[in-house]
Amino acid sequence: MGCDARAVAAAVRAAAAVVTAHRDELVRLDQAIGDGDHGENLKRGFGFVVQALDESTPDTPGAVLKLVATTLISKVGGAAGPLYGTAFLRAATAVGDATELTPELVAKALRAALEGVVARGKAEVGDKTMVDALAPAAEVGSLAAAATAAERGAESTIPLVARKGRASYLGERAIGHQDPGARSTALVLRAFAEAAS
Amino acid sequence: MKKILNDPAAVVAQSLLGLAAAHPDLLRVTTDPAVVSRADGPRPGKVAVVSGGGSGHEPLHGGFVGPGMLDAACPGAVFTSPTPDQIQAAVSRVDGGAGVLLLVKNYTGDVLNFETAAELLAADGVDVRTVLIDDDVAVRDSLYTAGRRGVGATVLVEKVVGAAAEAGADLATCERVARAAVAGARSMGIALTAPTVPHVGEPSFTLADDEMEVGIGIHGEPGRRRERLTDADGVVAALLEPVLADLPFAAGDEVLLFTNSMGGTPLLELYLAHGIAEQSLVDKGITVTRRLVGPYVTSLEMQGMSLTLLRLDDELTRLWDAPVRTAALRWGA
Repeated sequence: MGCDARAVAAAVRAAAAVVTAHRDELVRLDQAIGDGDHGENLKRGFGFVVQALDESTPDTPGAVLKLVATTLISKVGGAAGPLYGTAFLRAATAVGDATELTPELVAKALRAALEGVVARGKAEVGDKTMVDALAPAAEVGSLAAAATAAERGAESTIPLVARKGRASYLGERAIGHQDPGARSTALVLRAFAEAAS
Repeated sequence: MKKILNDPAAVVAQSLLGLAAAHPDLLRVTTDPAVVSRADGPRPGKVAVVSGGGSGHEPLHGGFVGPGMLDAACPGAVFTSPTPDQIQAAVSRVDGGAGVLLLVKNYTGDVLNFETAAELLAADGVDVRTVLIDDDVAVRDSLYTAGRRGVGATVLVEKVVGAAAEAGADLATCERVARAAVAGARSMGIALTAPTVPHVGEPSFTLADDEMEVGIGIHGEPGRRRERLTDADGVVAALLEPVLADLPFAAGDEVLLFTNSMGGTPLLELYLAHGIAEQSLVDKGITVTRRLVGPYVTSLEMQGMSLTLLRLDDELTRLWDAPVRTAALRWGA
């Protein structure tokens, strides 16, 4: 199946639905080690993304990704807005004007997204952030494998002490909790993988 | 959850409309994007002082907009930093051509959004500087954390920088004053209860009747440790000792003592704690020459308090005493 702008837009809508369905879970994860706003903020942000896609569906995959990025940056706030926004913006730039996404372009987009998040948030693998999910996802070939890698990566944050973000204030009290940003990253990638299959 | 509330999703916008209604002479308020600005702005030739952050800390920051303090504030969703275009809108409303100073509490989200806004403003030719406020001694400042949080010192920094800007100081001077105030301020807080975020509907954490959370921030995030609740002397000591040891403050220092309620602690208890803190400083040979007592940097309805000490010199004292006319702080004007 071709992965054109419409297919990418459908995948983004699927991700929005998954984020909305998992809002309460993300809120609970964030309450444990942060301030409890992650689920609500992502739900709100992806709600605006769906609204923007309803108003106009751009004609290339890159333009869809860019619309997602600018909407998230301008509507979400918090750390998630700029970080998710940067990930989508770099992915958009990486795929350029291509009318269809090939597996190679998807892999390139994932690597670019990771580089963007690392540059903006200055987190490394092991800091208990979304990078722990995104970094292993960027190393594999397909979206399905990326989603699985991201899920494992998110689970790997459970025993960690946080070194970035609000959870870092807690010291060892963050141990035993999954990072909400890593969890939401895995959820979004799984939604993309299922939409593309 | 029991709150005076219509739609949790509209709580910030509807509260801002009330703020505007209460202070028509002082403020201009828009809700999309959410910006609170001085009614008499922009002031040509004056440095614009702009701050912002998540809502839920009222009167921070919108209650400190007005002559002698902030030119504009951008309130985000509850406990969520504002977005870059909100910050740009706030700046465009008050930029008088003499430069813009952004006062930013040191949280990952706030830093990322203000950083993005500052880049966009600079690209538009605005002379913009940023000063991070990071006074919370409960957080270890190291490579292994996001750095110290900005808490109580925020209101003190906004006051002295606002006074400098009002008196005609240039951007470099305003930035220097802000950095001096940040460098001389330290804070620590405790919670007796947790706040309830309107769109979450349940308390951010739970504490037993005989427990207190020590080293809390202002977002309902858990603190560094949980202890058995002590009497007021014990609470004040638990706050004051780490603050004093950190800078460190020493005998002979002149300080501003800021005793802050987190929202749910009444003034009866707050003044009681303030009195203990003052006496404790006297005993240590530290002279309290200025005070602020009240709910100024809050965390919704959380019961709890924080103590902030700011080491004063002649310049900071003069700037603190300068006239201010805002919704939440007013004197001399």
